[in-house]
Amino acid sequence: MTTTRQAVNIQVSKPIWLRSGRILSYLALLVLLFITLFPFWWVLRTALTRPSSVFSHTSSLMPVNPTTQNFERVLGMIDTEDLVGEGLVTSYMSTATLDFWVFLRNSFIVSSTITLGQTFFSSMAAYAFARIRFPLRDKIFFVYLTGLMIPSIVMFIPNFVFIRQLGWIGTYQGIIAPTFLMTPFAVFFMRQFFLGLNKDLEEAAIIDGATRIGLFWRIALPLVKGPLATLAILTFIGSWNEYLWPLLVGRDKDVRVLTVALGIFREQTPQGSPDWAGLMAGTAVSIVPAIVIFVFFGRKVVDSIQFSGFK
Amino acid sequence: MSASQTRSKPKNFILFELLNRLGNNEALIGYLFILPSLIGFIIFFAYPAVRAVYISFLDWNLLTEAKYVGLDNYRTLFHDKRFADSLHVTVLYVLWNIPLQTVLAIFMAVMLERFSTTVSSLMRGIMILPWLLPNVIVALLWLWILDSSIGLMNEFLKVVGIGKQPFMGSPDQAIQSIAAINIWRHVGYTSILIFAGLKTIPKSLYEAAAIDGAGDLMQFRKITLPLLRPVLVFVLVTSIIGSFQVFDTVAVTTRGGPAGSTRVIIYYIYQQVFERRIKMGMATAASVVLFAILITVTIVQMRLLRSGESDLADYQ
Repeated sequence: MTTTRQAVNIQVSKPIWLRSGRILSYLALLVLLFITLFPFWWVLRTALTRPSSVFSHTSSLMPVNPTTQNFERVLGMIDTEDLVGEGLVTSYMSTATLDFWVFLRNSFIVSSTITLGQTFFSSMAAYAFARIRFPLRDKIFFVYLTGLMIPSIVMFIPNFVFIRQLGWIGTYQGIIAPTFLMTPFAVFFMRQFFLGLNKDLEEAAIIDGATRIGLFWRIALPLVKGPLATLAILTFIGSWNEYLWPLLVGRDKDVRVLTVALGIFREQTPQGSPDWAGLMAGTAVSIVPAIVIFVFFGRKVVDSIQFSGFK
Repeated sequence: MSASQTRSKPKNFILFELLNRLGNNEALIGYLFILPSLIGFIIFFAYPAVRAVYISFLDWNLLTEAKYVGLDNYRTLFHDKRFADSLHVTVLYVLWNIPLQTVLAIFMAVMLERFSTTVSSLMRGIMILPWLLPNVIVALLWLWILDSSIGLMNEFLKVVGIGKQPFMGSPDQAIQSIAAINIWRHVGYTSILIFAGLKTIPKSLYEAAAIDGAGDLMQFRKITLPLLRPVLVFVLVTSIIGSFQVFDTVAVTTRGGPAGSTRVIIYYIYQQVFERRIKMGMATAASVVLFAILITVTIVQMRLLRSGESDLADYQ
């Protein structure tokens, strides 16, 4: 940053068009802000608009005939059958509901179990690959790395067959199992940090009679707390956003995660003129968890990404 | 040994006790440490990867007995016009997606560096927001904005004086629209990676260049771009690999249509398993072909971008 400022100081005598670059930068910044944030408002504005007005007022920036009925409908708080009875259901409206709380719960169960299992078991392995000597260690690690190159669709189909043979289609285990014990990326990522730890501390602890387990649990793991949190956050977001795998094995309502539920919700809206108000109300409630992550971990996520590029 | 396969927490602590008693046998402890991950790797990565190749030699619909057909699936695949089209569509998607996204991301990152730390860190926070949303949500949101009859984008284009566009309703614009949607979700993420790369470039280089009278554009071309190469290689390799595997956005918005203009490879594979007649062999054969393509593309890229070398040495 300092250089740019110094450079700017040097350039004070420069022609006006160069300094107007600054104004242009701010303009670009505003455009960027607008393109990033406006779609969110548009979702909310549509979700708050009465379904019939969505088609008549296509460019109003504010909700038209504001109503929370779409949200109530989508969340199953009002019975769509009642609306049919009162003649309130028009052709603009689908009767599909989104059992939001159930799907939110499912997403949460799936993502947090995967995150806990994957970070823990991958860290254990990563520590061994970085610090413990045993035969074939580097060969096994190399084989793990080749797993990093294979696109997930290659594994998905045989895994689908396997999960089906186990009778796990439509169960939490089925969705969770493939990434619960490890991903090659997680092991690779954590190993980098264990490699970077100073050995002196561990050697001192060994002299004091610490065991390997103790070293891992009490010394090494606390020292990589930061990277561990990074991995956990990235894993959580990744499994929260996953669509294809849960679509293959978890379409059943009991275990359906939010992404799959939205996909199915979309399938159920009429083809010709979709129920946009209802669809956007569903989208708006589904954005909330991401916003929560953003508010609490936004900073951390940005750091994580900057970090993950430099393993 | 079997205790480690049980996944509940208390059992783990019993396992730890046991391990403690095993004392100093390093090799054994090493194997026990990697055991859970090894089980996961063998069952859900190594075995299915091998099994995929095996299934690709079968005529199998999951319901009846599988039949070994050798390379028949691959032969059928290469004569299937729908598969050739899906390869074409995927490449088209990558070409619309990656160059635009990367250039925009570089531009945004360079721009961010010019602002104060407060502004740039706030902006980076906001820029990551689209990436936090699942593809499915992003797809729904843009499906609405890009609706051909009453979408906001068309209202906007009307104001600007450009006529209505069909976007995802027309084979000519569908794949470009999907590329644009995914650029919206990914450009902030990519830009943050590049921004981190910019931070590693020594400031003294710019100072020296400024004293020598090099302008902004010159500095960008002669210092920023070459020194950013390691990061750009990482960004390009990973984002191209990801781009070839696009699925979610297509599945939610166009489902391969109109007229197959968005049937990307993974969607083709998905259709082999879950639509029409189930053809596990064809589906896995296609996925193996995708793998081969990705390997080739990655190797070519690494060569072209001379990924192993650093330019910083030339400057010091």
